[in-house]
Formats: sequence, C-alpha cells, structure tokens
Amino acid sequence: MTYEIVAIYAVVFCLVVGAIFTLVGAIGLLKFNDSMTRLHAPTKVGTVGVGALLLASVIYNGVFNEGAVQELLIMAFLFVTAPISANFIAKVNIHMRSCEKLPELPGDEHWATLDVSDEDQDLTKDLMNRP
Amino acid sequence: MTLATEIMHYAIIFAFVIVGLCQIMSMVRLVIGPSTGDRIVALDTMVINAIGLIVLMGLSQGTRVYYEVSLIIAMLGFVSTVAYGRFVLRGDIIE
Repeated sequence: MTYEIVAIYAVVFCLVVGAIFTLVGAIGLLKFNDSMTRLHAPTKVGTVGVGALLLASVIYNGVFNEGAVQELLIMAFLFVTAPISANFIAKVNIHMRSCEKLPELPGDEHWATLDVSDEDQDLTKDLMNRP
Repeated sequence: MTLATEIMHYAIIFAFVIVGLCQIMSMVRLVIGPSTGDRIVALDTMVINAIGLIVLMGLSQGTRVYYEVSLIIAMLGFVSTVAYGRFVLRGDIIE
C-alpha cells in the first residue's frame, strides 16, 4: 500500500513539473522578440515538459495497470526528432532572412547552408515572384 | 478515495488547464507570427502539446488505449514539420 502511495506522489510530481515546463515553453514562444530565440523556447523546454507527462503515465501504468514501457518509445522518439525539426526551422529562418545575417567566416570558408547558387540565395524574392 | 488519489485528481486537472493554455498561446503565435518560421514553430509546439493532452486524457481515465494515438501523432507531427520546412526551403517536398 505505501509503495502505491509513493508512486502516486511521483506521478503528481511529474505532472506538475511537466505542466510548468510546457507553460515556460509556450510563454517563451509568445513573448520573445526574435525568430531564432522564439525557436529555442518550445523545441527544448516543451519537449522536456511532454517527456515529464509521459513519464507520469509510465509510472502510473507500471504500478496500477500491467507495466507500460511503450510510452518510453514515444519519449525517445520525441527526444530524437525535436532537434532535427528545430534544425530545419532554423534553416527556414536563415533563408527567409527573418533573423540577423550570419557573420562572415575568416578566410575562404563559407556557411554550408548558404552554399547555393546565387538565384537561390534570397528565398523571399523568389516567393514574391512565384505565381 | 484516499488523500493521494485526490491529490492526483487535482494535479491532472492542473496539468490539463496549463497545457490547454499553452495550446491557446501557441495558437496566438500561429496567427500573429510575422515570419514563416514562427508559424512552423507554433504548429510544431501545438502537435507536441496535443501529445501531452492525449497522455493526460489516458491518465485521467486510467486506461492505456491512447498510447498508439500519441505515437502516431508524434510521427505525423515530425514528418509534417519537416515537410513544411522542405516546402519553404526548396519549393517542393520530394524532389
């Protein structure tokens, strides 16, 4: 009996932590003033928040239903895919010119993401001309 | 109903309210967002928060039939975010 009570308090702790982390991520998404900083808040903090909610579900189902490790699968999937989608959105920000220009690199080096032909450099111009 | 289960009941309601508030806030960013990147971030956040809402629903009902739903939403959310990004970057999704 006592260990079930401990499990319930662990579930409560995970729920509260997850809710607060999710709230912090959404506030960051709403209040920050630059595209790149707005990108950072939900993709890191929000992922941890939903991870904590899933952990609460794992603990609850592990104690009161027959064990559930499948939620850990969703957690692993989210933790792997969040940085990839953040990378894609950062590329979109760079190419749409909605953030500051990337600094010049020393010598002959150049940014790999900007290493495209000249007519593809400015996507905003291209989007305006698109029918 | 013991004290512990009552506290868990209130914690689930608290988490529901907070995550729902987060959905509304990211929807505001989806509407006002000045650039395309902001809108894609807002949609990605909404998908991730929807997974949280479904997990909370499964917790409040004490079942675990919803885990497959959240797994599928996680996969489709990732694929749709990447598809948006590729569409904006390349003008095409599959080249």
